[in-house]
Amino acid sequence: MKREILALIAGVLFGLGLAISQMINPEKVLGFLDIAGAWDPSLALVMGGALAVAAIGTLIMRGSDRPVFDVRYYVPERRDLDARLIGGAALFGIGWGIGGYCPGPGLAAMAIGWWEPFVFVVALIAGSLSWKLIGERD
Amino acid sequence: MFQIAEFTPWSALAGGVLIGLAALLLLVFNGRVAGISGILNMAMQRPQGDTAWRWLFLLGLLLGAGAWVWLAGLTFELREGFPLWLLAAAGFLVGVGTRMGGGCTSGHGVCGISRLSQRSIVATGIFMLVAIMTTYVVRHIAGVGV
Repeated sequence: MKREILALIAGVLFGLGLAISQMINPEKVLGFLDIAGAWDPSLALVMGGALAVAAIGTLIMRGSDRPVFDVRYYVPERRDLDARLIGGAALFGIGWGIGGYCPGPGLAAMAIGWWEPFVFVVALIAGSLSWKLIGERD
Repeated sequence: MFQIAEFTPWSALAGGVLIGLAALLLLVFNGRVAGISGILNMAMQRPQGDTAWRWLFLLGLLLGAGAWVWLAGLTFELREGFPLWLLAAAGFLVGVGTRMGGGCTSGHGVCGISRLSQRSIVATGIFMLVAIMTTYVVRHIAGVGV
C-alpha cells in the first residue's frame, strides 16, 4: 500500500513537472529540436534539472542495500550496446521529431482533453504492442 | 543564424526539478525506474502481476498535469492543423522504438543517464540527434507544421 501511494505521488510530481515546464506542448518540444528555426533551449534545462535531482537518487541507491519500501532495487544492469537499442532509439527519435511527443508528455497532455494526445497515445500503444508481437517472439 | 525565442528558463528548471524529484522518490522508496514507456508497457502486461503501482503512477501523471492546467490555465496555444495521419505515424514509431530500445526520454534520458548507464547515454544521443534531423526534414524540407 505504501508503495502504491508513493507511486501515485511520484506520478503527480512528474505530471506537474511536465505541465509547468510546458513539455506537454509539442510545439515547445519542437522549438528545442528545431535548431534551424527560432531555437528554444528550454528542454535542455528541463532535462538538466531533472538529471541533477535524479542523480541524488542514484547516490542514495549506491549507498544503501535496498529501497525503503521494497527488498531490492529493480534497475537495469545491462551494459552491452546492441542493434535493438540503437535501432529502437533511432525509430523513437523519428517519431519524436515528427510530432513533438514522447511517451510522458503524450500521456500527461491527455489531461487537457485535446484530441492530439489521444491520437498519439493510441498509436503509441499500437506500435508498442506490434513490436511485442513481431519483434520479441524469440 | 541562431535565433533564440520563447526561452522559459525558470519554468523549465522548476519543471525539471519536479520530474527529477519524482524519479528520486520512485527509486529511493520503491526501487523502481521512472521510465514512462517501461511503466506503460509493464502496466499493459498480461497476466497482470505487480502492476497496481504502475497504473497509479500513470494516473498521477494525468492528475498532476491536469491540476496545473486547472490552477494556472493553459499557458500555451493548442496548435492547429497538424495532420492526423502524421501524428498517428509519429505515435506508432515512438511505440515501436521505445519498446525495442528499452526506454524513452525519461527512462534513458533522465534515469539512465543519472546512473551513468552506457546504454542510456548512447540511446539518448541517438534519439536526440535523429529527432533534430527529423524535425528539420519535417519542418524545413516537407514544410509541415511551420
